Amino acid sequence: MPAEVLDVYTAELSRRANPSALHAVGQAARMRIETAREDIARGVGAATSSEVIFTSGGTEADNFALKGLYLARNNSTFDAPVRPRVLTTTIEHHAILDSVEWLGSQGAEIVYLDVDDEGYLDLDAALIELRRDPERTALISIMAANNEIGTLQPIAEIGAAAKELGIPFHIDAVQALGQIPLNFAELGATAMSITAHKIGGPVGIGALLLDRGAAPAPILHGGGQERGVRSGTLDVAGAVAFAKAVELATSDIETRTARFSFLRDRLIAGIEDTIPNATLSGRRGGGRLPANAHFTFSGCEGDSLLFGLDARGLATSTGSACSAGVSRPSHVLLACGMEEDVARSAQRFSLGHDSTEEEVDRLLAVLPEVVEQAHQAGMVSATPRWMQGAS
Amino acid sequence: MKILVAMSGGVDSSVAAARAVDAGHEVVGVHLALSRMPGTLRTGSRGCCTIEDSRDAHRVAGMLDIPFYVWDFSERFKEDIVDDFIAEYAAGRTPNPCMRCNERIKFAALLDRALALGFDAIATGHYAEVLRDDNGLPELHRGEDLAKDQSYVLGVLSGDQLEHCYFPIGATASKAEVRAEAAERGFSVANKPDSYDICFIPDGDTKAWLADKIPMRPGLIKDAEGETLGEHDGAMTYTIGQRKGLGIQKPAADGQPRFVTGLDPASNTVTVGSRSDLAVSHLTGIRTTWAGPAPTDIGNEPATAIDCEVQIRAHSDPVPARAWLGDYISEAPEHEVNPIVDEVEVPAARPAGQLMHIDVDEELSGVAPGQTMVIYRGTRVLGQATIDVTAKDRLGV
Repeated sequence: MPAEVLDVYTAELSRRANPSALHAVGQAARMRIETAREDIARGVGAATSSEVIFTSGGTEADNFALKGLYLARNNSTFDAPVRPRVLTTTIEHHAILDSVEWLGSQGAEIVYLDVDDEGYLDLDAALIELRRDPERTALISIMAANNEIGTLQPIAEIGAAAKELGIPFHIDAVQALGQIPLNFAELGATAMSITAHKIGGPVGIGALLLDRGAAPAPILHGGGQERGVRSGTLDVAGAVAFAKAVELATSDIETRTARFSFLRDRLIAGIEDTIPNATLSGRRGGGRLPANAHFTFSGCEGDSLLFGLDARGLATSTGSACSAGVSRPSHVLLACGMEEDVARSAQRFSLGHDSTEEEVDRLLAVLPEVVEQAHQAGMVSATPRWMQGAS
Repeated sequence: MKILVAMSGGVDSSVAAARAVDAGHEVVGVHLALSRMPGTLRTGSRGCCTIEDSRDAHRVAGMLDIPFYVWDFSERFKEDIVDDFIAEYAAGRTPNPCMRCNERIKFAALLDRALALGFDAIATGHYAEVLRDDNGLPELHRGEDLAKDQSYVLGVLSGDQLEHCYFPIGATASKAEVRAEAAERGFSVANKPDSYDICFIPDGDTKAWLADKIPMRPGLIKDAEGETLGEHDGAMTYTIGQRKGLGIQKPAADGQPRFVTGLDPASNTVTVGSRSDLAVSHLTGIRTTWAGPAPTDIGNEPATAIDCEVQIRAHSDPVPARAWLGDYISEAPEHEVNPIVDEVEVPAARPAGQLMHIDVDEELSGVAPGQTMVIYRGTRVLGQATIDVTAKDRLGV
């Protein structure tokens, strides 16, 4: 966590603060949370601060947007939905995919939009689906950028079409925040999920940007906080820290983007120069998240690569970790048309706000040895050498 | 040494990891994810393979301050263990999936990866010991606690594999001691129940699980004379020696209980008989392997048999036996069915490998093709083979 964020966070933790209380202490807390709300609104281009609905993080924001908007479009009931269609892509985060799958189990018709081998939405097909049956469509949800392979999606185009058709559009911008400029007002979206910990804020707070005209059904019922759609005592410390993190991550987004992109491209070029069996996933240059590099290393298990890098003090990831901490072949890579064995050989390199050129170079220095070892270790699908020749 | 400890989340592998650390090794813990859809919480008497177990292992690794990873072997496990288990039952045999997991996953796929990643050995919480002979070659021996001894399920390991095996708790006098040590070390798993069931059959109901996987065809239950005594709803879910659940209405002429004595998936027949029909004195095994160098004095004739003891189940008593070798079969077409026969005859097609013949002095009961016979000399495991054919009478003199 950047020092400035930590400072406001810890300072706030030492204060008493229930912003819904009516006494002076409560009102002071209310002031601080409303300032935080304004700062966040400004950072993401929301028209007013009342469009910021605090949540416990990205997962809650995604769940709330999908379930709340779906119900709002269907007379607050799952019975005999008048607008059963929900459109999304095959490469969304599980917070989206599992939510729409659940909606499907409640009677929704889920339309999965395909992506190409770089993980980029098939925009023509998406627009056809969007226009196919707007009267029966509850909403469309598209991520701003893929969290695994970094591919940026055509959210402005989808937003324009959705607006014209009157279909609520939700953007999962959890991964994009702080890496690319986001302007909620200009994107034509009804709702947009963001979270603090992806930009150096604390875990446990996020927000759903929610158009003033939208009235999703509440998922959390209670004291009626947050426009009556998201009850629960507000986390003032989390909110002010989140606001500070948003400010740092968005105030000079061009410089930030340029710095990330420079490191990323150095990393990508370095890997491509030294590792013959490495293949970049996703897009190059402006089409991908500036802090994301993602490769498959033919013939190497992602687990083995991660082990080798971790042993050398470099934290990477393979696939997307599930609750057991085990990586399965990524649904994103499979959706991009990769074979399962190729998908298993993935390694994602994420840059942080404190990543340096030296760190990138250190990674490049140790990677050949790590890849060689992982290659020796082979794929789990291969026959172990002890078994070769056996029946 | 650099040691990779396979940590199931149970008490044995937890203490094994701790002891490896105490011995001064550079230790890394790994939990094998063997199920594509792991359960969230432990159920029944399973001791592994749920997310809760993975977390238990992670917790212990954290207390030991060793790196910890979860590696996905679920595809391999499905192909080599689960699918094989189903196929074996479908062919009328009784497989041992734990043994096969040791053979194909833990001490093969995992060991391969460990060695390539720079480890010297794999440690597990098995109750068995690797000792060295005069030439420094590894020998596999029974664990000190004979009640917990797991040398049987490790009997399939070769000398090459044993070279890289480390069983830190094998010399411990009792499981109680291991639990006490775990408690002393503050491991929350100290009192975790032992697991007995097959890890991929959560509720322990093998028959129902198989019925879901293998198309069940109703067929006939007959006696040795071919008289029909009843019907079954699928031959594959019966095992040799089974007494309960046969559903035969007509009592036997001698009033004695009936047992399953044969399964023939080809004709879909379950054969039943008396307890004495279950008794066998000869076993022929296929796919023979040696836990280290093969005995030098074993030959290809009954006259050149070696004295040993044979054990046919993980926790059955070993019985005195004589073992000699048969042909080496190089062709490896799949054979569908191995009916129980009264005389030893070699089916036309068998998996590649050396045959092993065993005569026992005391009759064995309820021996099913597919089971593993492990031969011992004293506490030492000599080798093993998969039982293919059994016979009532001894083949040698």
